[in-house]
Amino acid sequence: MKLVVNGEAREFDRVENVAQLVKSLGGDVKFFSVALNGEFVPRGDYEKTKLGEGDDIEIVTPFPGG
Amino acid sequence: MKFTPEQVKRYARHIILPEVGGKGQEKLLGAKVLLLGAGGLGSPLALYLAAAGIGNLGIIDFDVVDNSNLQRQIIHSTADIGRLKVDSARDGINGLNPDVKVTTYNTRLDSTNVLDIFKEWDIIADGCDNFPTRYLVNDACVLLGKTNVHGSIFRFEGQVTVFKSPEGPCYRCMYPEPPPPGMVPSCQEAGVLGVLPGVVGNLQAVEVIKQILGIGEPLVGKLLLYDALKAETRKLKVRKDPKCPICGEHKTITKLIDYEQFCGVPIGHEG
Repeated sequence: MKLVVNGEAREFDRVENVAQLVKSLGGDVKFFSVALNGEFVPRGDYEKTKLGEGDDIEIVTPFPGG
Repeated sequence: MKFTPEQVKRYARHIILPEVGGKGQEKLLGAKVLLLGAGGLGSPLALYLAAAGIGNLGIIDFDVVDNSNLQRQIIHSTADIGRLKVDSARDGINGLNPDVKVTTYNTRLDSTNVLDIFKEWDIIADGCDNFPTRYLVNDACVLLGKTNVHGSIFRFEGQVTVFKSPEGPCYRCMYPEPPPPGMVPSCQEAGVLGVLPGVVGNLQAVEVIKQILGIGEPLVGKLLLYDALKAETRKLKVRKDPKCPICGEHKTITKLIDYEQFCGVPIGHEG
């Protein structure tokens, strides 16, 4: 399935929901947040949030700095 | 409130705007805004909010001005090196606008003092530099029902949002847990483009003023991302998470916790 991750089109195999996407990106779910088509997905909804062809994913990391 | 002739002249460009007007300028002069940090974000916040005639500004910082701050912390001058940042910032504010009553807190914000300090203020503008303080500030604002205008920066990127409890989401709805220590390096470790906090701090200043005046569309439930290198912005929607431990339907956090333990780093430790 083709997804756009942080503005870059990428191909993913066997990725049907946000939890699987996060795993395939190699990160622990704890380390960042995920927005799907412009909207944050609550951490508890990763499993049940299905992905579709061409979905727009933004991986967002908190910044400490000020 | 009756404006002095000097004030009518000073705030003329505000008063002429229908969205601000004399009434709006009165609101600004009566507002109480607390700035967390007199650093990269705190500098433009303090200067522009002072210029706008925010009548009461508080500043919390425990640090002294260092040579390495001056690349971005524009409220301080070379002559201020070695002075307390809160003193230097107070002088910068009052040099620009003597209408502003400045309250300084030369202290490290922690679980023992945060509620007493915050309860005196209408709006908190978070420009601090570490995760334990971010979560501390969030929890204190949710517990007190204070609006937190959040700004944060990293290298060439910034994030701005308004956490307006209880109607909007909070920091924990977006980021339930801090990244592990060392995963996101501090500005000290990673570097930061000096002008970046100027942009991000001023986006925060705009949101503070919109909150006071009640105009426009606030960044409540929206995270604004700014990428300086791409010259791009993006707005992401953030909903209140019903499972949020502090503002959700079944709260498990009902008082302040140990934020150093939660984040695995000492409070005030950059990054």
